Amino acid sequence: MLNRLAVTGIWVKDQNEALRFYTEKLGFEIRADVTQGDYRWISVGLKSQPEFEIGLSALKPNGMLTADDVQMLTKLVEAGKLGHGVWKTDDCQTTYEELKAKGVEFVQPPTDRPYGTIEAVFKDNSGNIMVLSQDKPYRTMMQADTEA
Amino acid sequence: MQHHEQAHLARRFLDRGYTTPITIEQLSQEVALSPYYLIRLFRRIYKQTPHQYLIQLRISRAKELLSYSDLSITEICTDVGFESLGSFSALFRKSVGLAPSAYRRSSQTSQKSVYIPLCACLLHGIHDTLDP
Repeated sequence: MLNRLAVTGIWVKDQNEALRFYTEKLGFEIRADVTQGDYRWISVGLKSQPEFEIGLSALKPNGMLTADDVQMLTKLVEAGKLGHGVWKTDDCQTTYEELKAKGVEFVQPPTDRPYGTIEAVFKDNSGNIMVLSQDKPYRTMMQADTEA
Repeated sequence: MQHHEQAHLARRFLDRGYTTPITIEQLSQEVALSPYYLIRLFRRIYKQTPHQYLIQLRISRAKELLSYSDLSITEICTDVGFESLGSFSALFRKSVGLAPSAYRRSSQTSQKSVYIPLCACLLHGIHDTLDP
C-alpha cells in the first residue's frame, strides 16, 4: 500500500536561479543539497509541509538525458507546457499581492472558480506553471439557494 | 603505478587536506606528476580540475556547517580553508546560488535529506560512489 508522496521533481533551466526563486521569493526551505561530480541534487519544501519536497532538476545533458532531450524539454518548460503544481493558501489575494511585490510573474490574478476555489496562476523563473489556490468556505445547498 | 591511481591519490589528498592551503605544485609533487599532466588527467577522470574539486569540497563542507552548526560565517570561511571572506562569499554565491547568510536562513530545517533519490540517480547516471 502506498502511503504518501514524499519527493517529486520539476525541470529548471538554472538551479542557482531556481533556488533563489523558490527560497527568496516563495519562501521555501532547502531540504537537500548534494553534489556528486558535476551533478547536483537540490530539493526544497514548505516549512508547513515538512514531509514533502520538490527536486529542482537541472536541464542539462547527463546520464540518460541527451542534448536533444534537454533542448526539447527546455522548450516545453519555457512555454509552460510541462511542469505544474497547485499550492494551497488561506488567502489567495494577499499572497498574490505579496508574491507580485517580490517580482513573481502572474499569468492570471485571483479569480473565483466554479468548483469552490479562488485561484491565481503564476510562473516560476523557468516557466513552470503554478496555481495559487484558496478553498472557499463550504456552503450548504440551502445557503446557496438563499444567497441566490 | 597506473596514472589513474595517481589521480585517485590526488583526490584522496584533497579530501584529507582541503581545509589547508594546497597548491597545484604541492599536489603534483605528492603524486609524482607534472602539474599540467595532473590537471588534464584529473579532469578526464573526474570531469573537473583539482582546483574545481577542491573548491567543491570546501563549498560542500561550508553548506553543511551553515545548515547544522552555530559557527559564524567568518569561522566557517576559515574552517573550510578559505583565506578571504570576500572570495568565500563570492564563490559560494556563484556555486550555490545564494549568499552564505541566505543559505543558512533557508536551510536550517529539521527535515533534511542527505541522499539523491534513486529515480534521479537512474535518470542522470549517478553511481553510489565517484570511484571509477
